[in-house]
Amino acid sequence: MVVKVVMVLCFLIFAPFVGGLVDGADRIISARMQRRKGPSILQPFYDLRKLFSKQLISVNNVQLFLNMSYLVILMIAGAMLFAGADLLMVLFILSTADMFLIMAASSDSSPYANMGAGREMVLMMAYEPLTLLVAVGFYLTTGSFHVETIINQPVSAVLWMPGLLIGFMFTAGIKFRKSPFDLSTSHHAHQEMVKGITTEMSGTALAIMTIAEYYEMILLLGIFFLFFVNSTWWSWIAALVICAVLYVFEILLDNVSARLKWNTVLFGCWIVTFVAGGLNILVLMLG
Amino acid sequence: MIPLLIGIPAVLAAVFQVVRNERIRDIIVYTGAGAVMLMTVVFIAFWIDGGAETVMLYSSTEAVDMLIVAGDVFMMCLVVYLSIKYEKIFPAVLSVVQTAIVLHTDFTVDLPEAPHMMIDWLTVLMCLIIAFIGGFICIYTVGYMKGYHSHHKDAADRRPFFFSMLFLFLSAMFGLVLSQNLVWIYFFWEITSIISFLMIGYTRSEEAVHNSFTALWMNLLGGLGFAAAIEIMAHGHGTLQLLDVIGSGAYLPLMCLALAGLTKSAQLPFSSWLLGAMVAPTPSSALLHSATMVKAGVYLLIRISPAMSGNLVGIIVSSIGGFTFIMASMMAIAQTDAKKVLAFSTVSNLGLIVACSGIGAEETVWAAIFLMIFHSVSKSMLFQSVGAAENSLGSRNIEDMHGLILKIPKLAYIMGIGIAGMYLAPFGMLISKWVALKAFVDSGNVVLVLCIAFGSATTMFYWTKWLAKLISYHRPRVQTEDRTRRDEYVSMGFHAVTMLLLCLLIPAVAKVLINPIVRELFGGTHDVLSMSVLTTMAIMLVSVFIVPAVMFFVSRQSHSDIVPIYMGGVNKGDNRFFINSFGEDEHLYLTNWYLREEFGRRHLRIPSIVISAAVLIVGFCLIIGGVTW
Repeated sequence: MVVKVVMVLCFLIFAPFVGGLVDGADRIISARMQRRKGPSILQPFYDLRKLFSKQLISVNNVQLFLNMSYLVILMIAGAMLFAGADLLMVLFILSTADMFLIMAASSDSSPYANMGAGREMVLMMAYEPLTLLVAVGFYLTTGSFHVETIINQPVSAVLWMPGLLIGFMFTAGIKFRKSPFDLSTSHHAHQEMVKGITTEMSGTALAIMTIAEYYEMILLLGIFFLFFVNSTWWSWIAALVICAVLYVFEILLDNVSARLKWNTVLFGCWIVTFVAGGLNILVLMLG
Repeated sequence: MIPLLIGIPAVLAAVFQVVRNERIRDIIVYTGAGAVMLMTVVFIAFWIDGGAETVMLYSSTEAVDMLIVAGDVFMMCLVVYLSIKYEKIFPAVLSVVQTAIVLHTDFTVDLPEAPHMMIDWLTVLMCLIIAFIGGFICIYTVGYMKGYHSHHKDAADRRPFFFSMLFLFLSAMFGLVLSQNLVWIYFFWEITSIISFLMIGYTRSEEAVHNSFTALWMNLLGGLGFAAAIEIMAHGHGTLQLLDVIGSGAYLPLMCLALAGLTKSAQLPFSSWLLGAMVAPTPSSALLHSATMVKAGVYLLIRISPAMSGNLVGIIVSSIGGFTFIMASMMAIAQTDAKKVLAFSTVSNLGLIVACSGIGAEETVWAAIFLMIFHSVSKSMLFQSVGAAENSLGSRNIEDMHGLILKIPKLAYIMGIGIAGMYLAPFGMLISKWVALKAFVDSGNVVLVLCIAFGSATTMFYWTKWLAKLISYHRPRVQTEDRTRRDEYVSMGFHAVTMLLLCLLIPAVAKVLINPIVRELFGGTHDVLSMSVLTTMAIMLVSVFIVPAVMFFVSRQSHSDIVPIYMGGVNKGDNRFFINSFGEDEHLYLTNWYLREEFGRRHLRIPSIVISAAVLIVGFCLIIGGVTW
C-alpha cells in the first residue's frame, strides 16, 4: 500500500519534470539530426514559465475549464496506472481525457482549431482499437488486467506479444504527436493549418495543455515499460533503457518522414492493428 | 395485479378513441401514465414483500386462451386487409402462414396444464423500464405532438389514434414480459409488431407506408420463426413453456426463437425496418428504441441466453450481434440526420447486447442487462431532445445544432448527458463494456474481440463529433425561440436525473437488480463482479465525473479577456464573417467529418446485409441438418 502511494505521488509530482526533460532532450536530439545545436535541455521549462506569465486572453470562457479537466483526468489515468490498477480502465479514462481536449478545441468554433479537432477524432479512431487489443494481450499473457500482476511475471510480456508492441509503436507515434502522424497539431512550425487544435489556446491554457501532454507521455512510456518488465530487478533497468531507445526511434521517425493524409493514417493503423494485433491475439488465444 | 397492469393501459387506449376534447385527453394521458407507473411500483412492492421469489401463475386459462386465439385471427385479418389495400402480398402470406401454424398447434395438441405467467427479477426490471421510460414518453408526447402538428400541416391530425397506440404498446409489452407460455408470448409479440407497423405509418405519406410495410414483413418473419418454435416444441417435446425450451437443449426451436429476437431487435440483415421507422413522429421512435419493441427482442434473447452458451446457436447469434455492432457504428459516421445517427447507434448497441447474450456466460449476460438499462434511459432521452430541438430549430440535421449550447442551453445539456451516457467514462456503459470484453476474451472468440475493439473506436467517433457540434461557442445571428413545452422538459429532466443517479449508484443497481437476475437465469450463487471491484470502479468513474465540475468553478476564478478567433488575419471582428480575396464579407461555416466515401451507407449496406444473411442461412441449414457443436 505504501509503495503504491509513493508511486502515485512520484508520478503526480515528477511526471511533468521528467516529461519536460524528455521533451528538452527530444529537441536537442532532433536538432543534432538536422545538424543544428538546439536549445538547452531546460528550454521546455523556460517556455512554460513564459506561458504562465502571459496575460490571460481567450476566445471563450469554457476553454480553460475544458483544458484543466483534460489535465486532471490524465493525471487520474496515470495515477491509476502507477497504482497498479486495471489497465483497461486506464485506457478508457485516457480516451475520456482526450475527449476533453477535443471539446476544448471545438468549443472555439474557429476554423483551424475545428479542423484540428476533427483530425484528432480521426486519430483517436485510428489508435483506439489497438490500445484495447494491447490490454487484451496483457490479459491473455498474464491472466489479469491489473498492472500489479503484469509487472510480477517471471518472463517479460513482450515475448508473447511482439505484434502488439509493433502496433503500439504506431499508437505512441500518434500520441506523441510525431510525424508522420502529427495531423491534429505538431511540434514543428510547418503546419498547413496553423497549430491545429492548439490554435486558439494561449498563455495559461496552452501551458496546462503542455503539462497534460507531459503526463500523457509518461503514461504511454509506462505502458511501453509494461511490455518489458518482469519480476527480476534488472528487468526494470533493461525496460527503462529499451523505452529510451524506442523513444529515440520515434524521434528519428519524426525527422525522416513527411506528414501523411488522414485516410492513410486511419486505414494504415487499422491494417496494422488487424494484422499484427489480431494475429498476435489469435495466437495467444489458441495457445 | 397482473390483469390490472395489462388492462389499465389497454382500457385507456380504448378511451382515447372516444374522448375528442384535447384538454381532457391531455389530462387522461398524464393520469394514465402516472397510474401505470404507480401500479408497477405497487405490483413490485407486493412481490418483494412476498419474498421476491419466482412466482408461477394461471395454470388453467381456457377462456383466455380462446380470447387469444380470437385475437390472433383478428390480427391476421387486419394484416391481410391492409396488405390488400396497399397491394403488398408478402406480409399477408407470412401472417396467414404463421397464424395457421399456431392455430394448428392449438387445436391438435393437448398439453397438460402449466403456468402461463411468471414473475421473476428480469420481469420486474422490464416492467420498471416499460412503466417509467414508456410512461414518461407518453407524457412527453402530449407537448411534442402539439408542436409537431403546428409545423407539419400536411400530416392529418390523428392524435387520438396515436395515444391509443402508445398505451396499447405498453399494455402489450407488460403482457409479453410477464408471459411464460409460448402461445401467450407470441400473441403479445404479434401485437407489438402490428402496433409498430401502424405507428410508423402515422402520417400516411408514401414513404411512411412503404417503411411501415418493411417493418411489418420483417417482424412477421420473426413471428414466423416464433410460430415454428411453438409447433416444434408442442409436437416434438410436448410442452409450451419458455423455460422448457431452455431446458430441452434442442437447437431448432432455440434458433427459431433467436430469429424472432434478431428481427425484433433490428439486427443485420433486418436492421432496415428500424432505420425506416424514423418517418413517424419522434415519440414513437423514442418508444420503439428504448422501452418497447427492440427491448422485446433483446429480452427474449437474454431469456434464452443460458441455452445458447457455447453451442452453434450461440455462435450464430453472437457473430451476427458482433458484426452488427461494428457495421452499424461505421454507417452511423456518415449520417447527418440526428435521428438516423440515433437509429444506427441503437442497432449497433443492440448488436453488442445480442453478442453478449449469444455468448451466454454469466458475465456477458450481466453486461447485456446493464447495457440494456443504460441504453433505454439514454436513447429515450436523446430521441426526446432531438425531437424537441427539431420543433424549435425546424431541422434535425446535426449541422444545424452547431452552437446549440448558446441557442437552447437546456436542450444542449440534456442531449450532452444522453450522448455521454452512451459512451463516456463516468457512465455505466464502460463498466459493461469492460465486463463484456473480458468475457469475450475468456470465451476464446477472437472475432468478437476484434469487433468490440474496432466497434468502440467508430462508436466513439460519431458521438464525439456530435458532442463537439453541440458545445461550439458560436453566437447565432438570430435568436432561436425555445418551443419546448413544460411536460417535455419534465420527461427529459426525469431521464437526465435517472441517468446521473444510475451512474452514481452502479454498485447498488448491480447488487439489488442485476445480480439476482443473473443468479436466476443461471442458477449460480456467486456474483459476477465482487462488490469491492465494483465499488472501486464506481469511485474511479465518479472522480472522473466530479473533475469537470470542480474545474468549472476553479476556472471561474480566473478572469480572462475575450478576443476574436484566428482566421488567418481576416476575421471581420464578430467571429462570423471573414474577408475573402475579393474584399467581400464571407460567412464562416464549419462542418463536421462524415467520411461518406469510406463509411457511406451506399458502400456498406449491401455487403453487410449479404454477409449477415449468409451467416443466418448457413446457420439454419447446419441446424436443420442436425449438426451439433
